[in-house]
Amino acid sequence: MTAPQVEVLLQTILSGLLLGGLYALIGIGMTLIMGVMKIINLAHGELMMVGMYIAYVLFSTFHIDPYLSILVAAPALFLLGVFLQKFLINPVMKVDAIIPENQVILTVGIGMVLANIATIIFSSDYKTTPVDYATKAWYLSDIWKTSPIEISLSLPWTVSFCCALAITGGLWFFLGKTDMGKSIRATAQDKDAALLMGVNVEKMRVVTFGLGSALVGSAGCLFIPIYYLYPDLGGQFTLTAFVITILGGLGSTVGAIVGGLILGVFESLTSTYAGMGWAPVGRFVIFLAALIFVPQGIMSLFTRKRFGK
Amino acid sequence: MLEIRNLNVNYGDVQVIWGVSFEIKKGEVVALIGANGAGKSTILKTISGIIRPASGEILFEGQPIHTHEAYTLIETGLAHVPEARRLFVEMTVEENLDMGSLKGEARKNRQKTREMVFDLFPRLRDRRKQIAGTLSGGEQQMVAIGRGLMSLPSLIMFDEPSLGLAPILVREIFDVIKKIRGEGVTVMIVEQNVKQTLAISDRAYVLETGKVVMEGTGESLLNDEHVRKAYLGV
Repeated sequence: MTAPQVEVLLQTILSGLLLGGLYALIGIGMTLIMGVMKIINLAHGELMMVGMYIAYVLFSTFHIDPYLSILVAAPALFLLGVFLQKFLINPVMKVDAIIPENQVILTVGIGMVLANIATIIFSSDYKTTPVDYATKAWYLSDIWKTSPIEISLSLPWTVSFCCALAITGGLWFFLGKTDMGKSIRATAQDKDAALLMGVNVEKMRVVTFGLGSALVGSAGCLFIPIYYLYPDLGGQFTLTAFVITILGGLGSTVGAIVGGLILGVFESLTSTYAGMGWAPVGRFVIFLAALIFVPQGIMSLFTRKRFGK
Repeated sequence: MLEIRNLNVNYGDVQVIWGVSFEIKKGEVVALIGANGAGKSTILKTISGIIRPASGEILFEGQPIHTHEAYTLIETGLAHVPEARRLFVEMTVEENLDMGSLKGEARKNRQKTREMVFDLFPRLRDRRKQIAGTLSGGEQQMVAIGRGLMSLPSLIMFDEPSLGLAPILVREIFDVIKKIRGEGVTVMIVEQNVKQTLAISDRAYVLETGKVVMEGTGESLLNDEHVRKAYLGV
């Protein structure tokens, strides 16, 4: 491999990891909801779209930096999630329907409604938040003058990645160390046993849906400085989150992180070496490969197989 | 302390519990014995609010609890160690124990009670950071009992604590139940392991196809012709 080829490969992997960090954040939100409620939230990407529009409005009217708008978007999306779970999904969960997974279909409807509301308010034009640091980057040659290869690190991508990392870390602490976090995990693992321990399972579901929405809403704020925005953008991110959730093994947070990074790197490699248009194809190759070769999720490769489980 | 009055429970259209009444007094060890499918676990699940009764009353310390949400019961001092242990298998031993002490006094005394549980089951102290799903069956049962004790209950209900355990472990578990009783905790125990259960029980009720068919002291039932024939195979 010649130096320029190495350069391209390293640059591609690096971009992929940065993208993967954001994907992980999207995936974690979906996997949390999956774990506790046993449903795939197909409005996930649309919730992210709502987060992005919040960041867009704050930027275009008050000139608030998209990264700061997380502080508004996350609580707003939390409340939206709580509302959706409490007044739409929960009542449907209680009904004995002909289709057992009718809540999933409900989430599709929620997604459509959100996308159409966005179209009514903002029209279907593409929007961006042109921040002045959008094209800033760090170069390897700045710190290592004689470096044989050149790699750049985009400032907004890096900041987004670090924010995603911080949010994931915060979530990690919440789920692992606080009683409420443990209660959420307990509900995902055994709902009836959690009830016996005094966990208000219904409340945990509401909180989890809110939390998952807040996470993906924050991901929206991290995406908007490096992406563009239109009302129908949700669908593609729902698919991304879905692929990550399958790849990670339904309901596993660590799996979602690993899945997000793998998907990010793989997409980045396909767009460099096969062309931008092939990136979604790469996503589905990964999806199919996961379904066929690691149906238990990527984490099952690392944990020892247990009998009877 | 616990009083069940004329309890009827249905699964869908099928009635499984027929007018069951019994009571447990403070400080007693009371057993509910019967064959597979007699409705023992259903009664425990109804007491702890996971299943709603079709009719009848459940009074705990004089208060009706069958109208309460299931998750509020542990705070009243009622702990349920469920059948097949039902641990949170992806959590550590310590986290499982923490889950037993989420509220009130139990939460304040978490560290202290945990030490007490570790004194009762020294093996768990060494395995406190281990994922519960990777423990042996006996150790898992210890965690399940420990988790029940973490709530500082005044009444603890065991559902088939000896299920699937080697005889030596069964004896250990029954010894622990005796110790728990010695601490002043009232015990209700549901079992198919009739002989050992009756040996540690003050009183027992025999359940057949959803009805209480017999009651008496542990000793008198052990000597009863019907019980010996049907449950002890003598």
